[in-house]
Amino acid sequence: MSKMHVSASVNGEPVEFLCEPQQSLLNVLRDELNLTGTKEGCTTGDCGACSVMLDDRLVCSCLTLAAEVQGKSVGTIEGVANGDTLHPIQQALLEHAALQCGVCTPGYVVAIKALLEKNPLPSESEIRYWLAGNLCRCTGYDKIITAVQDVAQQMAKADKNAGEPA
Amino acid sequence: MGSFAYAAPDNLADALAVLEQHKNAGQRIQIFAGGTDVLVQLKAGDSEPRTFLDVKNIRETQTISLKGDSAFIGATIVCAQLYENLALKEMFPGLIESADLIGSTQIQGKATLGGNLCNASPAGDTIAALYANKAICMIAGKSGSRELPVEDFVTGVGRNALKPGEILLGLKLPKPNANTSDAYLRFIPRTEMDIAVVGAGVSITLDDEGVCVDATVAISAVAVTTLLVPEAAQALIGSSVDEVALQAAAQASSAAARPISDKRGTKEFRRKVVGVLTRRAALIAANRVKGEAE
Amino acid sequence: MSEAVNFKYIGTRPVRPDGVDKVTGRANYGADANLPGMIHGVVLRSPHAHAIIKKIDLSQVRLLDGIYAAVSGNDFPEVSSGSMGGEGGGDYKDLAANIMARNKVLYHGHAVAAVAARTRELAVEALALIQVEYEILDPVMTLDAAMAEDAAILDESMFTQGVDPKPKYPSNIASRIEFKRGDIEQGFLEADIIVESEFRTPTVHQGYIEPHACLASINEGGQATLWCSTQGHFDVRAASAKVLNMDLCDIKVIPSEIGGGFGGKTVVYQEPVAILLSRISGRPVKMVMDRDEVFRASGPASASHTRVKIGARSDGTLTAMSCWMAFEAGAFKGSAIMPGAMCIFTPYKVANFYIEGFDVVVNKPKVAAYRAPGAPQAMYACESLMDELARKLEMDPLELRLVNAVEEGVQAAYGPKFNAIGFRECLEVAKQHPNYTRALKEGQGRGVAAGFWFNVGMQSSAEVHINENGTVMVIEGNPDIGGSRASMALMAAETLGVPYEKVRVVVADTENAGYTNVTGGSRVTFATGMAVIQAAQDIISQAKQRAAATWELDEDQVDWQNGHAIPMPGVNADVEPLSLARIAANSGRTGGPLLGRASLNAKGAGPGFSVNIAEVAVDRETGKTDVIGFTAIQDAGKAIHPAYVEGQLQGGAAQGIGWALNEEYIYDEKGVMQNAGFLDYRIPVASDLPKIDTHIVEVANTAHPYGVRGVGETPIVAPLAAVANAVRDAIGVRITELPLSPSRVLESIDGA
Repeated sequence: MSKMHVSASVNGEPVEFLCEPQQSLLNVLRDELNLTGTKEGCTTGDCGACSVMLDDRLVCSCLTLAAEVQGKSVGTIEGVANGDTLHPIQQALLEHAALQCGVCTPGYVVAIKALLEKNPLPSESEIRYWLAGNLCRCTGYDKIITAVQDVAQQMAKADKNAGEPA
Repeated sequence: MGSFAYAAPDNLADALAVLEQHKNAGQRIQIFAGGTDVLVQLKAGDSEPRTFLDVKNIRETQTISLKGDSAFIGATIVCAQLYENLALKEMFPGLIESADLIGSTQIQGKATLGGNLCNASPAGDTIAALYANKAICMIAGKSGSRELPVEDFVTGVGRNALKPGEILLGLKLPKPNANTSDAYLRFIPRTEMDIAVVGAGVSITLDDEGVCVDATVAISAVAVTTLLVPEAAQALIGSSVDEVALQAAAQASSAAARPISDKRGTKEFRRKVVGVLTRRAALIAANRVKGEAE
Repeated sequence: MSEAVNFKYIGTRPVRPDGVDKVTGRANYGADANLPGMIHGVVLRSPHAHAIIKKIDLSQVRLLDGIYAAVSGNDFPEVSSGSMGGEGGGDYKDLAANIMARNKVLYHGHAVAAVAARTRELAVEALALIQVEYEILDPVMTLDAAMAEDAAILDESMFTQGVDPKPKYPSNIASRIEFKRGDIEQGFLEADIIVESEFRTPTVHQGYIEPHACLASINEGGQATLWCSTQGHFDVRAASAKVLNMDLCDIKVIPSEIGGGFGGKTVVYQEPVAILLSRISGRPVKMVMDRDEVFRASGPASASHTRVKIGARSDGTLTAMSCWMAFEAGAFKGSAIMPGAMCIFTPYKVANFYIEGFDVVVNKPKVAAYRAPGAPQAMYACESLMDELARKLEMDPLELRLVNAVEEGVQAAYGPKFNAIGFRECLEVAKQHPNYTRALKEGQGRGVAAGFWFNVGMQSSAEVHINENGTVMVIEGNPDIGGSRASMALMAAETLGVPYEKVRVVVADTENAGYTNVTGGSRVTFATGMAVIQAAQDIISQAKQRAAATWELDEDQVDWQNGHAIPMPGVNADVEPLSLARIAANSGRTGGPLLGRASLNAKGAGPGFSVNIAEVAVDRETGKTDVIGFTAIQDAGKAIHPAYVEGQLQGGAAQGIGWALNEEYIYDEKGVMQNAGFLDYRIPVASDLPKIDTHIVEVANTAHPYGVRGVGETPIVAPLAAVANAVRDAIGVRITELPLSPSRVLESIDGA
């Protein structure tokens, strides 16, 4: 049984790796590429801790074959902050104390970013349904939802300001 | 014991050739689309080596076409693409809702309409909606293509009518006229992330007086396959979809159900609630035709 | 401590010190560590719920290329009986047999062997080569079955403790306990009204998102280093040493960041196995459970059966309370029956009570602590029946509780007299809360319930190091499970008078922190916080000495204010205040670095009381319950970081709601769990829950310098009954068994 050679982009950088045909993307990210920010909570697509972007889609990396990402772009938690600046979503989660143990947090950051890219000002209900696949057992979700509402407002305002003539 | 392999041909002919080659060699091959069921099953027991034939790169499976009398939805169109397509959503609101109910946002980014159908779970959310919309399966094989009504496609739990060497390319759905609409409802204990305990898909056509002239009712998770319930449809046809007709349809669905008790719900619960959902879905579909707010 | 104290840092809501690493994926959890040459260990688990192991043959698997070690129970030393102490309790002999079965398997998923291989996949494949011969026995899956006269016996050497005379025959009832006060029969005679009912709750799991994970490496000298996700690395060290017959000082445990525990990570499962596999293979061994294993083989919380009877006068005054309660312990003795029994009637003043409890073994995984262990099950029964009593008396349920609420000076049902507690305050807040009186629609209902948890103190150590620029390092030994670094930093900043941003908190390993009990029992902010405060006070006293020496004053002529040494009022010295930074910079000349420390066994943990208001909507045609409003009110003593206190209230509420509505272990007739995954073990998802309103009551705990009482566990106690009472209000029928699943609710509505 020979390994497959896969070329893809991970967080904007070209990456090549070898994988087994049945190996998951999660497994490759964590064990081959040492990107351990993406967490494993269930391996059956039920918890969202392994959320990543595959091209423009939010997916569970545990239910994606590594071989499938040939020629595609993968976005992980490690690519969210910009240099030494946290993404506003990360900052909002911190300021709202929206994490306790923090193990689900990377998945949330990726999922929230995907949400706000599609729907910049989601309602509370839209946020809750979008994030229903990201389990959190610590917070009761309350502060996460508040953080998303808050950061959505901030980002919308920042966009508006950026769009206005100086 | 063989070994795992993965192939992702970018055209139908190559895909069919790979299938044929495995068939002739007696090697196990599994058609792979979103993988959201396949990879769970791989972990949950069926870990036997096989070739995954990824059919997502085949143009035909990636097409949505709304030209002509019928709509075509490629087998590897993911749920998220379905509900992001406003024209489809307008045409088949119930079917699109059923796709929106599958799993999480993350799952909907990978899970496909064709995959949900081929996986043939008794509780598959889109299946009842496809039944209600009289969908036709478009199948390709070495010796040409064939069409099969969706209710003949699902043959048992996890079983479908694809023969070795065949691929499901997509689904053809007759376009509903202005007086037809559909709805799909499922029951789950939570608001998201569960497998349907029961489901009901209904398509309804009303005449200008608001009288039901055609209806299709399909129920799921109450038998080994999704069931068409002509008795429920008959109860609606000829009525103004009033409470009496709705109750009769509900009773017909409950009577047609052959549920089991399992970890997700009891027999009695399923039998009762499938009626409730039939009634509610029929009402939503009728209101959609009438353009009334839900 | 008076209410008028103005804190500078305590009570603020700064970003937690470990926050950036946790929102960027940098923080390393149990499964995130790797070592060169590392191999992977996996466990072979029993396919039977109850069986005798007749033979295990590892010879085939040992021959396989890429397999480095294979072990079964025979490869572990004999472990003698001895109490483990701590929050989970239990016995070391049982712990050893739970980690790796000896002679008998006692639940589906019980570990029977383990292998370590080049890859995890290879290790999993290799398990198929292990030959195990079983003699299958009848599984004993429920309390009723286990307590029946003719029950199959799990452990022939188990005779019920607490029964006089000693029983002649072995039993699945490990122990019987009894608490009483006054004259229970007289109490019921004095009652104008008596209510009684029985309640059942299912086996539930803590459901932390991070599976158990560890990485062990042992050197040729027999010294082991263990990296793992745990609530208490000192306990992991003790348990691993005991199970492997190693010396404590030969095991170093480094706690990783921990992805949730709720009590479930106070116990060891894989850690000693990984050390043993490492010893045999000479390589580092990583072991990570998958989710299925977490459900099947790590400790859930007890299923329970409780019969309660309450007598009251027509004005609501309680005259008698009695109960019979049985808790499943799982495969080995040691459920939370004791704390459950001790807390069930604690919120109320009642002259006469009688409590009888049973600890019962069944063929399910050994239970572990789960947030206020025993209290949710017990209080669900008591608070459901209190709700019925209020209905019978046509009394407001909060008023009924106010009439009987315990307060300062009252002798608690479990013994001591209460110091200042905030139960009445919580009840008053609830009564005035708009969520208690807002209008409900048809099909909706509201319920209230009280919650109580003891909270504990126990042992903690802390050091405070002052860097040469005056910044502060706090070294402590409690894994940070929900923001405790922030609380420690706030208390250190407040005590020393230095900015929060200048304080760093290190959770140190077993070789770098003084002995510290687990992160559990709602003890960390209270007890470890107290150690941090004392260590900071030690720094202040040293800093004052250094200033006195610098100023040529006596030590008692120096005061400490706002992070500066200053001469005491009235002391005639013409000197500038000395900041901690200046004292630190000069410390080389005044006696060396400033290093403060404290160790303690904290007494006076203030009990935690809460009141919850649940509002639900029930679909009468499907039996589905939606929680549409939830309000958690709790006495925190003093909220050091209020946002994280609110987070505890909200998180506990969510877990309690899950327990009430959907969560349960479902078994087939062979004792195999049917829903060992997050798909069918249904914990609440974001769209299931409403906003969870919180109100923090602050009745200071006089035993803590800043008034802290534990807050972590109490939040899960009241939601079960609050939700159940709300469903009762909505549908008009009392359901006495959890979860209130749609099937069960619909059946009750239809049957009514």
